[in-house]
Amino acid sequence: MHPAASVIFFTSASGAGYGLLFLLGIAGAGGLVPGSLALGLVGFALSLGLITAGLMASTFHLGHPERAWRALSQWRSSWLSREGLAAIATYIPAGLFAVGWVFLGETRGVWGVFGLLASLGAVATIACTGMIYASLPTIRQWHHPMVVPVYLVLGLYNGALWMAVLTSTLGGEAELFLDLAIIAGLLAAAVKTAYWRSIDRAVAKTTSGTATGLGDLGRVRLLEGPSTSRNYVMREMGYRVARKHAAKLRLIAGLLGVLVPLALLPLVTLGSGGWTMIPLFLAALSGSAGVVVERWLFFAEATHVVTTYYGAEAA
Amino acid sequence: MTSLPNPAPTKKLGLVIDLDICVGCHACAVNCKEWNTGGHSAPLTDWNAYSGAEAEDGEDTGAWGVWFNRIHTYEAGEGAEARTVHFPRSCLHCEEPACVSVCPTGASYKREEDGIVLVNPDTCIGCKLCSWACPYGAREYDHEDGVMKKCTMCIDRIYNENLEEVDRVPACVSTCPVSARHFGDLGDADSAVSKLVAERGGYDLMPEMGYKPVNKYLPPRPRKDTAGATGAPTRLEALAAQAADAVPTGAGGSKLLSWVDAMLSR
Ligand code: SF4
Ligand code: SF4
Repeated sequence: MHPAASVIFFTSASGAGYGLLFLLGIAGAGGLVPGSLALGLVGFALSLGLITAGLMASTFHLGHPERAWRALSQWRSSWLSREGLAAIATYIPAGLFAVGWVFLGETRGVWGVFGLLASLGAVATIACTGMIYASLPTIRQWHHPMVVPVYLVLGLYNGALWMAVLTSTLGGEAELFLDLAIIAGLLAAAVKTAYWRSIDRAVAKTTSGTATGLGDLGRVRLLEGPSTSRNYVMREMGYRVARKHAAKLRLIAGLLGVLVPLALLPLVTLGSGGWTMIPLFLAALSGSAGVVVERWLFFAEATHVVTTYYGAEAA
Repeated sequence: MTSLPNPAPTKKLGLVIDLDICVGCHACAVNCKEWNTGGHSAPLTDWNAYSGAEAEDGEDTGAWGVWFNRIHTYEAGEGAEARTVHFPRSCLHCEEPACVSVCPTGASYKREEDGIVLVNPDTCIGCKLCSWACPYGAREYDHEDGVMKKCTMCIDRIYNENLEEVDRVPACVSTCPVSARHFGDLGDADSAVSKLVAERGGYDLMPEMGYKPVNKYLPPRPRKDTAGATGAPTRLEALAAQAADAVPTGAGGSKLLSWVDAMLSR
């Protein structure tokens, strides 16, 4: 599948943003962080900023961005529609929670309920994003039970990294979020590795034989394609990263996403003083960059069944 | 509404494509383009239409554009047994089309009255998700219009009372020089197309996907490699016998006739 920059930016930015919002909601309602103006301002600016930037980016690749509101209408059948609704609905409790925190210094009680609702909305939105992909039977690497868990865990992981940055600088249970980041990072690595093993082992059900129905006659191969140059279907669905590059890119994703942050985080826990901010910030940046590579790969590694009409033996 | 019609349409207008006789001439695709660039989803935009260059990802120097119908050619089997099969591919107007249910705007829909799958160009936002959901590569995006386009089963021909009745079929069907394409109601077991499918073992493409395509493909007939396998000699013998019987005995020049009779009867 062709990796569209706007979609990659959207899922990784909004993933981190919702992860952070999820933790802000729980931490605020649970009193794990002070309801301070600074933490509130920076925390909501960062989380809602990432979410909003991501949502805006996701409309860039539309043919008609001015009609984007129509995408909210088909929630009965469409996960894309549900994602849009969940994203917008989440703004309501998140906004109220932010008002309580920033203007009234209140994060518990009624305001805490808004926080928990915002956390719930964050989880629901990420799950919907994952389901957009997981619901497509045409791409076996996406139509996979681990796709939604991977989206959720990576959102939590990136959220925890940024929450650790915020609490270390602006106050709160920083230790807790550092530990959470380490656990979520390990979990993300485990889930994603298991996912990669699973898609590598799976045997494609669709072949050029089932696509054309000519399989009974023997091996089916393309003698002549339908067009002299690459058409829309070949450009959009035919993109595929070479196997050897995929292996290297997986390594890069793992290195940036998990190994570098997990090497840096202990420095933060063990050390003391202002300098620990540097490794912590680098860990958060690296972890986020790792997710961008992971999302790019998620597209580039996906093989669409339509490619079996265009010369692929199986997909 | 992108929820599928409930109950499912009983009328299922669709195509039956005979892979045994398609000669791969692309006439159906060309006539489709011709009709539809002025039809329901008009225009069918082309880019760099007169360029001789190949188009690669990222550089748009090659000629490409929106087509509803595309003709592939495959080779199946090995060596002397291999067959060349021409394979027209267009929207199959599936009974379970995920292209419709994933559409967030309701622009994609399946018609209750005849099962035809259409895109409303006034509400489509061009998110392309439907093209990801289609296993058959039937949807093509128009960058100029910013909306998705696809086969309309020539909705603007088949019900068009301004056309002669014989022309009220999809453009591809009307133009096929070898009659490899048939149009009709596949929901009616007694229709000509349904009978053809039953008789020739018509099948679904990618049945494992579960989209239940309405359009059916007729397989190439078993190969005949010798003249004998065509059944012609048997028929000729019968004809010769008939001719011999028809020769009146004792008529003038009977020697010649009886010689011919003898020759034919060998
Ligand atoms: S062939 Fe593709 S576009 Fe046509 S109805 Fe089926 S899934 Fe939809
Ligand atoms: S491209 Fe248009 S028709 Fe296709 S899913 Fe998006 S809004 Fe619907």
